[in-house]
Amino acid sequence: MHQFTIEPMFGSENWELAGYNIAFTNSALWMAIAAIALWVFVIGGLKRQLVPGRWQMAVESFTTFIDDMLQANVGKAGRKYVPYIFSLFMFILFANLLGLVPLPLAMVGVHAFTFTSHFTITGILAIMSFAIVLVVGFWKHGLHFFSLFVPHGTPVVMIPLIFVIELFSFMMRPFSLGLRLFVAMMAGHVLLEILASFIIDSANAGAGWAVLIGTPSFFLMLAICALEILVAGIQAYVFALLTSLYLNDAENLH
Amino acid sequence: MEMEAAKLIGAGLAAIGAGLAAIGVGNVFGSFLESALRNPGAADGQQGRLFIGFAAAELLGLLAFLVAVILIFVA
Repeated sequence: MHQFTIEPMFGSENWELAGYNIAFTNSALWMAIAAIALWVFVIGGLKRQLVPGRWQMAVESFTTFIDDMLQANVGKAGRKYVPYIFSLFMFILFANLLGLVPLPLAMVGVHAFTFTSHFTITGILAIMSFAIVLVVGFWKHGLHFFSLFVPHGTPVVMIPLIFVIELFSFMMRPFSLGLRLFVAMMAGHVLLEILASFIIDSANAGAGWAVLIGTPSFFLMLAICALEILVAGIQAYVFALLTSLYLNDAENLH
Repeated sequence: MEMEAAKLIGAGLAAIGAGLAAIGVGNVFGSFLESALRNPGAADGQQGRLFIGFAAAELLGLLAFLVAVILIFVA
């Protein structure tokens, strides 16, 4: 499907670094756009006024939201992860929402690209979170970190089995974290494309088909668009929430 | 049976998993709403757990979707 193809932009397809192609792709472009939009959004709210205006209020409600989430899930030690979780949450949120912007309505031929619908990007984000969990866990607890895999009160006979199962579920975490975001975004965009093709094909087949198939598809598509905005928020939230839960494991063990 | 036909049937069967995950997600939110209406005061404190349950139920549906994608495009 064309909306998921990654293509080099601005004639950069032959850029190379140490034998690897480093072309500036549409994916990289939209990552840069998301980062700049996020930067502008946060800078606009850094006014430190005693009575906040609308913009400052918007930024502050996001930061307090993340702060509260870490406070509830990790406790006092969670304060130092606020910058990371905030960046992660806002970057994914902006990426998901920017990918839904119907740009062709304003500029013909220009399409938004949802880079969170690619496992390479969500996988790297998940590996970053997982690496922080590992580093913090081993830094703080040393080899005692392995007690995470043996819950309190496990009978001695069961320890090898429980250890293997817990280790497996622990190693699956970055995989499931990245997979969830990527599949949710991709499935939503494929669904929208299928509904759009229903509308176009039925309109081409004649007026009767357009009324019978096209009109219901159009209203369903409007509803699914609203659902996609909800999913964009929920998936960013779930990613941040699960990362903070894993950080809690690393900080406090069980 | 032809290989291609078997793959497509398998991908179709994987859609059952997506439907079952929909029941799971509905269960999560339904049970939350039910108990939140009984005790609205405690509801806000449990929102994190609500979304953890949602994420776990949803992941299994997404895995079913992934199985279908792999059967059609990769295998």
